[in-house]
Amino acid sequence: MSEFRLPSLGADMKDATLREWFVEPGDTVTKGDSIAAVETDKGIIDIEVFESGTVKEILVQPDEKVPVGTVLATIRSGGKTQGHAEPRKAGVSEDKQAPPEDMPRALNIQPPPGGERKRISPAARKRARELSVDPENIVGTGPGGAVTLEDVASSAGPAAPTGTVAGTAEKQAEAAASSMRRAIAAAVVRSNREIPHYYLSTSIDLTPALTWLEQQNAERPLPLRLVYAILLLKAVAGALQKVPEMNGFFMDDAAQVKDDVHVGVAISLRSGGLLVPTLRDVHRKNPDELMAEFSDLVNRARSGHLRGSELQDATITVTSLGEQGVDTVFPIIYPPQLAIVGFGSIVERVRPVNRAPQVRRVINASLAADHRASDGHRGALFLAEIDRLLQEPERL
Amino acid sequence: MNREEIRALALKKLLQVAPDINPGELDPKTPIRDQYDFDSMDFLNFTIALGREFQMDIPEKDYVAIQSLDGAVEYLAQHIEGSAEEN
Repeated sequence: MSEFRLPSLGADMKDATLREWFVEPGDTVTKGDSIAAVETDKGIIDIEVFESGTVKEILVQPDEKVPVGTVLATIRSGGKTQGHAEPRKAGVSEDKQAPPEDMPRALNIQPPPGGERKRISPAARKRARELSVDPENIVGTGPGGAVTLEDVASSAGPAAPTGTVAGTAEKQAEAAASSMRRAIAAAVVRSNREIPHYYLSTSIDLTPALTWLEQQNAERPLPLRLVYAILLLKAVAGALQKVPEMNGFFMDDAAQVKDDVHVGVAISLRSGGLLVPTLRDVHRKNPDELMAEFSDLVNRARSGHLRGSELQDATITVTSLGEQGVDTVFPIIYPPQLAIVGFGSIVERVRPVNRAPQVRRVINASLAADHRASDGHRGALFLAEIDRLLQEPERL
Repeated sequence: MNREEIRALALKKLLQVAPDINPGELDPKTPIRDQYDFDSMDFLNFTIALGREFQMDIPEKDYVAIQSLDGAVEYLAQHIEGSAEEN
């Protein structure tokens, strides 16, 4: 038997409020499943179980605030159902045949009184509750007839998000925004207090990259199109292979340079504040893989369904404020990282090309780096390498 | 499919991509990104959702036509006329 504890989802996190269980005693869980939602300073986050088994006992109830490390539930190891879980066996047998990766969040099956149980993903169930829709009345289109988030939304109709439901959601969003504000405050105060930043900036001709991207996108169906941010991320990861001392952490009075590039991507929320989920192994993935992951992260950041593990381990951060129309960003390092790269807006500028003036699309890339770990010369090389890589977009 | 039906579906897709937008406050004539912090990834997700719902490809060069809700409805109405009659 194992204990499912509240994980630390960041150095500054001390406690969290349990918001919802996606499982109940007797449910089978698979390693990596999101089984509960907790509210932290970073917003509402789904937390995952790290062992397969059966939920034995739930020890913390919704709306309880508990410190990091508290046992939230106990898990009986091995994935075998026992005791009162036995009668459910017939109903869940389809689940066991399906590979767990296919629908990792669809494990929670709510038994309706006395009847056959409806398959519904936790996110869909949550949404159904928010929209006051009874999942039993929804026709599921997911695997095995499971009710998906989309099914819930379809059944609710477009007018559903207004009214009292939106009012409650607004209040929750306000509370989450103020706690997120405090977390951002703590991080930036620490950054400015502890990290001796140096700043460099260069303007990069993005015309070749954008031209290549437009050609690519013209040939691609909608769901496979790329956004230019993907090329910027690939260029940053590529440049880190040449100048690795921008990638890693400053801890225990020393720089710990990392080989793997996990990029924190700053995503601003319309309700205020920002989240910085992590795109892992950016140096090893191709633009298509990154695009799919990035799109998924943005979607879930917006809907408040990031997993705790997705907010951890970034070795560098990239922030792009270009879409708000600024030329240059002067970013602050997210501690304990070593550097942060900022991109401004893409603007048209007259530039000399082969000694003749041309209108080119240009972006300003800026770097804030920890002077304890690197010097300006290396930082300049790093930005120059980002520039060089963006001139050959097909190789990214 | 008439314009009101198209509008209802398009709005539903927008709210799936941006659940934090209040549809009561949305000005249908103004580009969405001028009213909200609606970045290029949100816009692409919205376009993908529209493409799926209405079963059409929307080329990148047409993005300019669907920046506002009214623009999107107009664009969709023009491009689904043929298939709508078949249904």
